[in-house]
Amino acid sequence: MGIEEKLPSGVLLTTVEGVAGYMRKASFWPATFGLACCAIEMMTTGGPKYDLARFGMEVFRASPRQADLMIVAGRVSQKMAPVLRQIYDQMPDPKWVLAMGVCASSGGMFNNYAVVQGVDHVVPVDMYLPGCPPRPEMLIDAILKLHDQVQHTKLGVNRLAEIEAQEESALNALPTSQMKGLLR
Amino acid sequence: MTDEPGKGPDKTQLEQREGGTQDPSLDVVAAGGAQTREVIGERQGMFGAHDSGDTSGYGGLRRPVELPGASTPPYGGWMDDVAGAIATATRDQGIEAAVEKVIVHRGEITFFIRREHLLAVAKLLRDDEALRFELLSGVSGVHYPGDTGRELHAVYHLLSMTHNRRIRLEVTAPDGDPHIPSVCATYPTADWHERETFDFFGIIFDGHPALTRIEMPDDWPGHPQRKDYPLGGIPVEYKGGTIPPPDQRRSYN
Repeated sequence: MGIEEKLPSGVLLTTVEGVAGYMRKASFWPATFGLACCAIEMMTTGGPKYDLARFGMEVFRASPRQADLMIVAGRVSQKMAPVLRQIYDQMPDPKWVLAMGVCASSGGMFNNYAVVQGVDHVVPVDMYLPGCPPRPEMLIDAILKLHDQVQHTKLGVNRLAEIEAQEESALNALPTSQMKGLLR
Repeated sequence: MTDEPGKGPDKTQLEQREGGTQDPSLDVVAAGGAQTREVIGERQGMFGAHDSGDTSGYGGLRRPVELPGASTPPYGGWMDDVAGAIATATRDQGIEAAVEKVIVHRGEITFFIRREHLLAVAKLLRDDEALRFELLSGVSGVHYPGDTGRELHAVYHLLSMTHNRRIRLEVTAPDGDPHIPSVCATYPTADWHERETFDFFGIIFDGHPALTRIEMPDDWPGHPQRKDYPLGGIPVEYKGGTIPPPDQRRSYN
């Protein structure tokens, strides 16, 4: 019926988006950005027991210029915020940010003058991971979900349309303060 | 209402402790250590917080804020040697007024130095043969809002490696005139410590080579470790509920 049936065996067809996404997610290099106790869990995740090498991510780059993913592991103080932004700016596109733990996601228990109330005030965040600190399994789960996002990222005009759709849905979303119901 | 039961036991305990100092059977260090107490204020509740609710259940607690008062010699052991050497050296230099008072508390000796004589005292502490305090292990700040006229204290911990002795210097400054001379020329290690104390407490160390903030961002307003510095924070909203920042929550007092 289609072109697939006329192909010799051993040949697979896919899309450019699919191949690009596959390459991006299969070689996903994180930048070292440990700030607090979450960094200990992040290091454990890279160690032999949890073995982030299974996903091609064991090399935490000390240089942001060779990294694709910034794992913000810990609370970001007001003084660290410009440094964080600079590291993010130094990473080449395409780049992703994972806010690891409640402190990076929302300020967490540090609701005070010294700590940024969520790293999304400084950089765009692709994945929020709750926990204080999250266990390595949770970090791996967040990374795999991010892999899934990366794999299915569109390209070109489709990407622009996707961004527009995401922005639209974010603008129409009900603010947390107006949500009703049980606190869960 | 809860004032009386809170105050009663405290006062009797205080009297008992003071009565104990008259006991001649105490050893020398303790005789120097347990002396009159200086009350500089009253602490309310469990943690003494005025700007937020005390959820501990001890909101009615009233306790005096006490500092140990001046000790009288003999202080016991090597402390008398150090105090004697300091007295001799200051007399030789004509600055007898440098040591305001000496406090021996929990086996540690603290010399309160008048700030105008701090530089001379630091120099002789390092250079005098009988003293030889070569190492300054840190400069810290303390804020006592209730201690009128001497709200800010700078605390210096000194170690003599020659004699294996540790002493503490304390210098006070009023809130309205927070100037203390810098000991950087004598103890270069004080450089960053004094910057940190300036950063957090606003004590200005005169003569410091570059007194700038070291921990907080350069353009930060205020000095966060002072007792009157607000904690800050934002209200947290979740599914119709709003939780105000910690220092604006309802009080349980």
